[in-house]
Amino acid sequence: MSEISPLLFLAVALAGGLGAACRFVLDGLVRSRTSGDYPLGTMIINVTGSLLLGLLTGLGLAHLASDELVLVLGTGLLGGYTTFSTASMETVRLLQAGRYAASLLAGLGMLAASVAAAGLGLWLGGLGG
Amino acid sequence: MTHDRPVDPDLDTDATDAAARAVPQHLRWSSVALVAVGGTLGAALRELLVIAFPVTGSLDVVIFCINLSGALALGVLLESLVRSGPEDDRRRHLRLLLGTGVLGGYTTYSTLATQTARLVSDGQAGLAVLYSLGTLLLGALATWTGIALASWLRRPRRSRRSA
Repeated sequence: MSEISPLLFLAVALAGGLGAACRFVLDGLVRSRTSGDYPLGTMIINVTGSLLLGLLTGLGLAHLASDELVLVLGTGLLGGYTTFSTASMETVRLLQAGRYAASLLAGLGMLAASVAAAGLGLWLGGLGG
Repeated sequence: MTHDRPVDPDLDTDATDAAARAVPQHLRWSSVALVAVGGTLGAALRELLVIAFPVTGSLDVVIFCINLSGALALGVLLESLVRSGPEDDRRRHLRLLLGTGVLGGYTTYSTLATQTARLVSDGQAGLAVLYSLGTLLLGALATWTGIALASWLRRPRRSRRSA
């Protein structure tokens, strides 16, 4: 087992709770401002979270962010903010409803956009190194 | 996240209760607190597993397993809640605490995306596609399995006896 202090572990967990709360509020705001039932909120959340984690990871690799900061903000906050289970559920629900194009966008589209965003973040974070 | 169903005004005979429901779920402190508590527990569980099983190769098998198990569990949870009846306060609280909170915080998308992007930049594009598409497809299968499991467990008693 790799070492992590109890205080750092607690900070990661609490940051995860804060991230989850941000996701819930943002998703609700997007829902209340959009018509239709395409899960746009989850897509915005996962793409922005991936961009920020890429950026943070890039800063960490360039030694511009400490390991502790990457752990609390990355693993904790952004890990709790972004979510896989809900994204997968929404994709399957669209499939079940026969909305194949929408499910493809929610599944494959979100994946491609998130990886591209993370790549952009990694590149931006590495610029200073 | 499932949709918050519109509140049927006929169900709310209590005027103050109806007034309280006029505030959207995502702006109610009690709901946000439930999600935050659940998210803290979910992130703690994820971090415990990451610490317990250090990654040795270039593929993060731990995050892969976390996302798949979380997808399966959310399928079971949400389908069970839907099949148990219309959403009341108890079901909404369970959904926010366990679904949006615990399982939402337990699973993660940003790590999946960042690890995939790093594999690409390391020249391991094949592995990147395998890891990300594998997670996506097996995750959908896990979710579907969870839904099917919950609907099998929740099927009417008569058909359960005859089965």
